[in-house]
Amino acid sequence: MSTSAATGKEPVAIVGIGQTKHVAARHDVSIAGLVREAAARALADAELTWADIDAVVIGKAPDFFEGVMMPELYLADALGAVGKPMLRVHTAGSVGGSTALVASNLVAARVHRTVLTLAFEKQSESNAMWGLSLPVPFQQPLLAGAGGFFAPHVRAYMRRTGAPDTVGSLVAYKDRRNALKNPYAHLHEHDITLEKVQASPMLWDPIRYSETCPSSDGACAMILTDRAGAARSPKPPAWLHGGAMRSEPTLFAGKDFVSPQAGKDCAADVYRQAGITDPRREIDAVEMYVPFSWYEPMWLENLGFAEEGEGWKLTEAGVTELDGDLPVNPSGGVLSTNPIGASGMIRFAEAALQVRGQAGEHQVPDARRAMGHAYGGGAQFFAMWLVGAEQPTS
Amino acid sequence: MARYAREVAVVAFAQSDHLRRTDELSEVEMVMPVLHQVLAATGLKAGEIGFTCSGSSDYLAGRAFSFTMTLDGVGAWPPISESHVEMDGAWALYEAWVKIQTGEADTALVYSYGKSSPGSVRDVLTRQLDPYYVAPLWPDSVALAALQAQALIDAGETDETGLAAIGARSRASAGANPHAQLSGAVAQGPYQVAPLRTGDCPPIGDGAAAVILAAGDVARRLCERPAWITGIDHRIEAHSLGLRDLTDSPSTRIAAEHAGVFEAPVDTAELHAPFSSQEVVLRKALGLGGDVAVNPSGGALAANPMMAAGLIRIGEAAARIHRGESDRAVAHATSGPCLQQNLVAVLEGDRA
Repeated sequence: MSTSAATGKEPVAIVGIGQTKHVAARHDVSIAGLVREAAARALADAELTWADIDAVVIGKAPDFFEGVMMPELYLADALGAVGKPMLRVHTAGSVGGSTALVASNLVAARVHRTVLTLAFEKQSESNAMWGLSLPVPFQQPLLAGAGGFFAPHVRAYMRRTGAPDTVGSLVAYKDRRNALKNPYAHLHEHDITLEKVQASPMLWDPIRYSETCPSSDGACAMILTDRAGAARSPKPPAWLHGGAMRSEPTLFAGKDFVSPQAGKDCAADVYRQAGITDPRREIDAVEMYVPFSWYEPMWLENLGFAEEGEGWKLTEAGVTELDGDLPVNPSGGVLSTNPIGASGMIRFAEAALQVRGQAGEHQVPDARRAMGHAYGGGAQFFAMWLVGAEQPTS
Repeated sequence: MARYAREVAVVAFAQSDHLRRTDELSEVEMVMPVLHQVLAATGLKAGEIGFTCSGSSDYLAGRAFSFTMTLDGVGAWPPISESHVEMDGAWALYEAWVKIQTGEADTALVYSYGKSSPGSVRDVLTRQLDPYYVAPLWPDSVALAALQAQALIDAGETDETGLAAIGARSRASAGANPHAQLSGAVAQGPYQVAPLRTGDCPPIGDGAAAVILAAGDVARRLCERPAWITGIDHRIEAHSLGLRDLTDSPSTRIAAEHAGVFEAPVDTAELHAPFSSQEVVLRKALGLGGDVAVNPSGGALAANPMMAAGLIRIGEAAARIHRGESDRAVAHATSGPCLQQNLVAVLEGDRA
């Protein structure tokens, strides 16, 4: 079945962005208090009020992370959703990205004009490692959290490409330094050095402690609106140029865990929508989902920024540094901030901040087009968007 | 038809037999037959579907990311455009309907499923209440529904005899539904939580459902009499029961207004009312008269597979239109304690 559009879509603008200062434990707020903080900041950024919002789309990772079943029911009041439509998206680790895309579709389809989308995780309420490790009969156990699942795939990447084992620590060192420029980032390691990353304990060989993401409490919110809403925006909006989701099965003999086909297809769809033919040259900044440092070179290849086997060379050459040719995770990335369900939306929001010129100290100069990327499950769910400073022409 | 950019219809519907327990089936095994049935009904293959969306709950499955396993059953290879809501499948259908409205897809596969049998669903559902102030008290779903039922009786809107009649009518109607879990003459039984008796409460069971949506001429090609979704909307209310008038459902009424329910008479209503008392509330909110066939399938009092029961209401309403038994139907789905969140859809068949 073709996906030809019968009617033109409404252009979608991001006019408000808000996030919390991400920390290991927000003991001072409830879950409701946490999400409200991010939502209120997004509304303030857009200079809108709760009454301007037509619908709420909320996402987070598994309910077991906080121990609340379908928490959006309890959060309806805190998010000003009473009397409005409220949708709850859950697509594993990619959920923050897919939540934003579901919200953008409401505007693109002209079902609603202005939508609040928000994603959160308050991991201190529970234990994410155990939340992921509930035993189920006849199914593959995941008893060592996500790192145990992904480490063998990193090994496969190293073997396949011949990447030297120094690349992972370069990524971690870069992202943790970038995080120092981001006031909302969880980890602010002022005394970080490359040697410290390399000397950190080995957790899941070849992944070291300092090459893994932290466990964070945090929320991220965005206000998405149509052309009329964008015209009223007090600050420059970011415009959605392309967005897509792709999924593939968790386990089957033909799956390439190093470079999943769903990731390639998802990126190709986004580039087609945005008219991108050479992502390396045409995209100015990338926020990609890198929970373990080695996923930067892996995703550089998967997303088409480097030829197969060449991703690590971009990292090693400094191309992905904040002042490099293709800055990757100028915000500090998932390696510095990981409220799991929100992590994808933070990537999307940081991409939008870049093209709005609102990224502060970690702003990439003259960023006109930026990409946000999220993945989840057994590297099987992908969500991506590409945003630009200009309204799309087609 | 001018309400939205594109005409979208339900073109196929399938559901499992709903059973008290399905120990011998995994969720994947429960879902796969209904997926195969809706695909066979349209002649489409999984790879030809433009968008896929599902609804389920990790808390029923007892594990995180439970939906990843059922996705494997869909056959998502080559990779597909796909999403999931941690909600009843009726909201997955809504997301899919929005996707088709954007023009990015012409067809969508929607499915949902839930197994309540492995645990105590009354206890499990307490975990969806306010986690700081209410959930620690473990007020179960039947007790909360009983509060609502008593409020209705106190307001003079119904009485225990009236409630019993709703249960009896539902199970009698379910006699014609081969998938129903309870049908025929079911005893009203003892009080579960007064004023609700066993007959006022839904059976606990396992089940799955699937629907295929299609736009415009694709729908006409795939289905002899498509069930056009001429309106669909959903609304949520405050969570705290103390902030709501439990004898009313303003969210259902607002959703119905936006979906266009009141613009013309309906002949059928499939209401997701797990408790007999909730049908009283919904009938009032939707302005349904005595001439409307309410829950001809038997409704949730005959089979209430968590996370699928709302999608089944849309499917049952659509199936009546497919069969020529209805021209304009309203379908309703609910979520949360005491009808907190409600979805309303209007489905119409082309007139001869």
